[in-house]
Amino acid sequence: MRFEFSQEQFQFRDAVRDVLAKTCQPGDVREAWNNQTGRAPSAWAALHDMGVLAMLAPTEAGGLGLTELDIVLILEETGRCALPEPIVETALIAAPEGWVNGTDSASVSLPESPFGVWTDTCASVVTLTADGVRVAPRESVRLTQRESVDGARRLFAIDMGSTAPIAPVTSTALAFRRGVLGTSAQLLGLADRMIEMTVDYVKEREQFGVKIGTFQAVKHHLANARTKLEFARPLTYRAAASLASRDALASQHVSMAKVQSSDAASLAARVALQCHGAIGYTTECDLHLFMKRSWALERAWGAANWHRRMIAQSLFERL
Amino acid sequence: MDLTFSESEEQFRSEVREWLTVNVPKPALPSGDTAPGFALHLEWERKLFDARYSVVSWPSDLGGRDATLWEWLIFEEEYWLANAPQRVTQNGIFLLAPTIFEFGTAEQQRRLLPKMASGEHTWCQGWSEPNAGSDLAGISSRAVRDASAGGWRLAGQKTWTTRGAFCTHLFGLFRTEPEAAASGSRPGRHHSMTYFLVELDQPGVTVRGVERLDGDLGFAEVFFDDVFVPDDMVLGGVNEGWSVAMATTGSERGLTLRSPGRFLATAQRLIELCKERIASGGARDQAVQDRIVQAWIDAEAYRWQTFGTVTRLVDGAKSGAESSMVKLFWSELDVRLQELALELLGPHAELIDGDFAHWMKAYEFALAGPIYAGTNEIQRNVVAERVLGLPRK
Ligand SMILES: Cc1cc2nc3c(=O)[nH]c(=O)nc-3n(C[C@H](O)[C@H](O)[C@H](O)COP(=O)(O)OP(=O)(O)OC[C@H]3O[C@@H](n4cnc5c(N)ncnc54)[C@H](O)[C@@H]3O)c2cc1C
Repeated sequence: MRFEFSQEQFQFRDAVRDVLAKTCQPGDVREAWNNQTGRAPSAWAALHDMGVLAMLAPTEAGGLGLTELDIVLILEETGRCALPEPIVETALIAAPEGWVNGTDSASVSLPESPFGVWTDTCASVVTLTADGVRVAPRESVRLTQRESVDGARRLFAIDMGSTAPIAPVTSTALAFRRGVLGTSAQLLGLADRMIEMTVDYVKEREQFGVKIGTFQAVKHHLANARTKLEFARPLTYRAAASLASRDALASQHVSMAKVQSSDAASLAARVALQCHGAIGYTTECDLHLFMKRSWALERAWGAANWHRRMIAQSLFERL
Repeated sequence: MDLTFSESEEQFRSEVREWLTVNVPKPALPSGDTAPGFALHLEWERKLFDARYSVVSWPSDLGGRDATLWEWLIFEEEYWLANAPQRVTQNGIFLLAPTIFEFGTAEQQRRLLPKMASGEHTWCQGWSEPNAGSDLAGISSRAVRDASAGGWRLAGQKTWTTRGAFCTHLFGLFRTEPEAAASGSRPGRHHSMTYFLVELDQPGVTVRGVERLDGDLGFAEVFFDDVFVPDDMVLGGVNEGWSVAMATTGSERGLTLRSPGRFLATAQRLIELCKERIASGGARDQAVQDRIVQAWIDAEAYRWQTFGTVTRLVDGAKSGAESSMVKLFWSELDVRLQELALELLGPHAELIDGDFAHWMKAYEFALAGPIYAGTNEIQRNVVAERVLGLPRK
């Protein structure tokens, strides 16, 4: 047994973190709330240049031929900075199958996540349904825009028209699991960032003549959030390994990851807001950018309850 | 024990219900935390006032209808059940008015209350400052005596002032003896504040709206630069502002600001939402349903706890530190109720357009409950120290 990432995997994670720290600052996320596309083009270009978009694409197709285990830490980083880009849909789902390449991006919808995100600026549109995968160029599908609480997330209901399924149901299942894994990883990053921002804040803010971080009530809130995160991370990493090795129980493992990371992000958001007090309840404070992304992702690709029901089916069937 | 309402109370309930059925605006008004929405809400307030429903428990010569506390509770239950608009006048009628009834002179009551009841004057609460949130006694905005003009001159800044960008008046605490405060002693800090009533439309007042979490301009920063306030706008004694303010914070935490009717109505709507989701093909989720049942039970528990409190108040008791438990209970119940709606909505929860948008908005507002009216951490300290008698640090 060895349950740890390799030196190379950590190093690549650090390199991506450095790049995102420059190209996807809170100001860039705010910019995405207000611009035409909802996206952060320089961060996207940087991720392309580092090879992230093609990490899972086969080497024959010019990709790096890596696995879910290699990208999971990177996706966590994209959550940490609330990257407003369809990185999960593109790097984890579409690029490995050859549905997009280069700097092109993909948007994915499915019954549990009925809206595509940033669909109007994606090259390829993918839908996952019980009868298989459909892929179409954006120009050939009909989009109806919806509004998300997260102003960067541009949501679209997708009508694929008469596009026929191109891939068998097994690739639907794989695409779904990858989407769930990627979203779980992003939720971990979001939770971590919200805890970190709050720890910084309570070390600065004073009331009653002392730093509010000295109050036990504040400490306990943050310790609870951090503990919840501690027991979410391993399940996401394990799910990544299961997908990489095509474990027969991978489906259950990604569901476990999504349950745990959704709940960890949910608690982190609650605690972060509570410990900030009123300042956290404004759009002038960056916290809301991360909170609102969490609220959306907690329920995208199957909310925690949905995944609990999936797990229950498999657990009780086997009894 | 008598667990029934009297015939006249039931009569009052059906009158209220009938009036609301006819008059509650449909579709619902836009948010009252925006300038156009606020104006529409004031029209609604005027309508309530004309029907003498804006302040039912006040004396009739001040705009009310002398309703008992029980009738007031019944009114609230019906109001929220009818899905009537949020009360943009609430900080005046629920927070300031009880203080004016207790500490105001008869002249102040006659001068201020009818205009508050009609919505001609709208009041915002000026407690918090950038460096004084939980530690309210840490305020530094000050008032300096101007004896020749017969009043005071205010300087400083308030913040997080709900609907400050739209209100006509502000009630707040200002330091009237800065030297005593600087001494740092507890009595010094607490006995050097005075409760002022301030007209906002006058020279020296600058109001800047601040966006709340939901994007509405529901907060404001209010700056005071040599703002004159006449002596007849001081509430209670000079340097007694702290005890005047504290005497009625119970209203904010306990009974008046968030009565049980709100949560009973939300629980009812949540049950409806759950049924609709199942009817439209959604999966039945026993785990969520159990939690909805629990939230509904909690709303009922709040209702019956309130009936006990009201009985004791009617018998002449004063409300005490128990109001801190009430605040903890309703604020956390509200978060659970709204969270459950988002769970039912699943991936549709993030939408802020379409049929479900109000649930996300209500969730965002519920998240503020554990922060305003004294944070829940502070309330837990109060319960521990004043209800349980645990030693203070
Ligand atoms: C929606 C909303 C509306 C509001 N409306 C108004 C209004 O109309 N007028 C007005 O004056 N104010 C208003 N407020 C401000 C509100 O009163 C303050 O937010 C509240 O008093 C907390 O102060 P703070 O935000 O500065 O947080 P802080 O006091 O800085 O607290 C930050 C965190 O530290 C914790 N903390 C602080 N002290 C202690 C302690 N001793 N022990 C344990 N934990 C502690 C708090 O519980 C909180 O979790 C509003 C706030 C909100 C969110």
